[in-house]
Amino acid sequence: MLLEVKDLHAGIDGKEILKGLNLQVNAGEVHAIMGPNGSGKSTLSKVLAGHPSYEVISGEVLFEGKDLLELDPDERAREGVFMAFQYPVEVPGVSNSQFLRLAYNQKALHHGQEELDPLEFNDYLKEKAKIVEMDPQFFKRSVNEGFSGGEKKRNEILQMAVLEPKLAILDETDSGLDIDALRIVAEGVNKLRSSENAIILVTHYQRLLNYIQPDFVHVLANGKIVKEGGKELALELEEKGYDWVKGATN
Amino acid sequence: MTTAVTVTEFAGSFAEFLAHLSDDATTTLREEAFRYFEAIGFPTPKDEDWKYTNVGSVVSEKWLVNSAGKSGDVGGFNYKRNGFTALNLAFADVVVVRIPSETIVVEPIELSFTAEDGKAIFPHVIIVAESGSKATIVETYAASGRGFTNAAVQVLVEENANLTHYRVQKDSVEAFNYGVTEVEVRRGGHYDSTNINLGAALSRHDIELKFVAEGAEAWVDGLYMLSGEQHHDTHSIIDHALPNCLSHQTYKGVLNDSSRGVFNGKVFVRENAHGTDAQQSNKNLLLSNDARVDTKPQLEIFNDDVKCSHGATVGQLEEEELFYLLTRGLPETLAKNLLTYGFAEQVINKIGIESIKSELDEMVLRRLSTIL
Ligand SMILES: Nc1ncnc2c1ncn2[C@@H]1O[C@H](COP(=O)(O)OP(=O)(O)O)[C@@H](O)[C@H]1O
Ligand SMILES: [Mg+2]
Repeated sequence: MLLEVKDLHAGIDGKEILKGLNLQVNAGEVHAIMGPNGSGKSTLSKVLAGHPSYEVISGEVLFEGKDLLELDPDERAREGVFMAFQYPVEVPGVSNSQFLRLAYNQKALHHGQEELDPLEFNDYLKEKAKIVEMDPQFFKRSVNEGFSGGEKKRNEILQMAVLEPKLAILDETDSGLDIDALRIVAEGVNKLRSSENAIILVTHYQRLLNYIQPDFVHVLANGKIVKEGGKELALELEEKGYDWVKGATN
Repeated sequence: MTTAVTVTEFAGSFAEFLAHLSDDATTTLREEAFRYFEAIGFPTPKDEDWKYTNVGSVVSEKWLVNSAGKSGDVGGFNYKRNGFTALNLAFADVVVVRIPSETIVVEPIELSFTAEDGKAIFPHVIIVAESGSKATIVETYAASGRGFTNAAVQVLVEENANLTHYRVQKDSVEAFNYGVTEVEVRRGGHYDSTNINLGAALSRHDIELKFVAEGAEAWVDGLYMLSGEQHHDTHSIIDHALPNCLSHQTYKGVLNDSSRGVFNGKVFVRENAHGTDAQQSNKNLLLSNDARVDTKPQLEIFNDDVKCSHGATVGQLEEEELFYLLTRGLPETLAKNLLTYGFAEQVINKIGIESIKSELDEMVLRRLSTIL
């Protein structure tokens, strides 16, 4: 199993947000985690990525059978965990290509692979950029600085393409996208989907799932998975709204 | 007392200097300036403007004056600003750069000054960008050993002229550098300056910009990146004396080890300067608990019809930016270095000359590898 979350309780600033969450993800699978605003979707994403402000109260997270929680965020990343941010961070003064090459090389180094020099990397990056139809003019620009909402999200998927993670958690990658950008991002994700990796789509809306078909849908409410099913569950949710599943908790 | 000793030291040098001066058209002015210097001496921390910057240890040393004493029209220079400016005028070695009107100079005009170990130099540069001209000036200081630079630069941007001015101070870390830049911008003039301070044990840059007609625009940006025991002080004055001018100021400081930075930025918006747009910011990154910065942005507005903002920050790296880089697999040290580099680059990226920009990039990166 790639990822196993067992009875996870976690929170921030002394407030418990995840209240006993269980999740199992195998390579080759796409999971959708859906839930209303405030249900804890971003909290789960950040806990998995290792954000220092969040504390794990109890429970276990295993990645390829090993304790993920004892790894620092950068170690997790080099091991193959990737999170696309709901709100990608701007890093002024650091160019996209410089940043991506450093990240790529750190991972390569960790896995005993060859590092790429700027010219080699540029070729690699150009290929990857096609996946999200990203103009190479974005390589030279500072990371996310002055990018539109859609460009930032595309940049997240570009990073995913460059780093080739085993597990990608995409936190509301569809939010703030117009229909064209949504299609491009979704197609990008579909191209990156393989039997070797797994993707967790965190989303509020069903819309993204029209483009990326999940194998499993989990509904998160109040820090717990309250309903699970196949892709048809997303449609049912769309129709009946979250109140329908929220009721299921009580 | 130390000051008195130095003044006496310079008195001997000055007599000798005058004796060898071939052109005596400026002698009277030089003597006048020197007398003024003798009367006021070097500034001390008792001076409000020099509260955080003590030049005592430097000026008490014996310096060998190294000035060719070339003369030029320095009449408009405010040598009474302080002891350094008075001494500069006394020993001034003048360089005049005149960009003829309606002329576009594509190649950057490079001015480079090197104070050698134990020697004091007194460059005095006069830059006139005549009406409608366009040019780029690169002013570089690269002292070796314990060199002492006492420089003055007077800039006049005439009607509709466009001047880009890079000032790069990369003296040896033992050196001492004082520099003043006086700028006057006329109607429709456009002045864009970037001031990079990386070197010297002790450095101070005074920059004063005046809009003397309407509809002009200026950028006065800078970076000080310090480590070890380095000390840098920028005092800046931007004076909106007339309506409808725009000024932009972004200064950044990166301070490591037990270095010390000072930023004092005054922006005046005078009574009749309606339609002024003045933006000022000073951001500092402290990389060590022993580093310190004293920042004082000051906005003095005497007109209501203006758009102004100013602010200063002193802090550490942004947590969310750091986390973002970590989640992409960069080890913490590398991530911090990269963010620090990015912080400094925001100023360096302004530099439009690739060779200079990449040299500064290199210098910043070299600094960083010693930081963490
Ligand atoms: N820093 C914080 N301090 C306290 N509560 C927080 C903090 N961040 C998020 N929360 C709360 O945690 C809950 C879950 O937030 P989040 O994980 O962002 O939800 P979602 O991504 O599903 O919208 C919300 O009620 C939110 O208000
Ligand atoms: Mg969220």
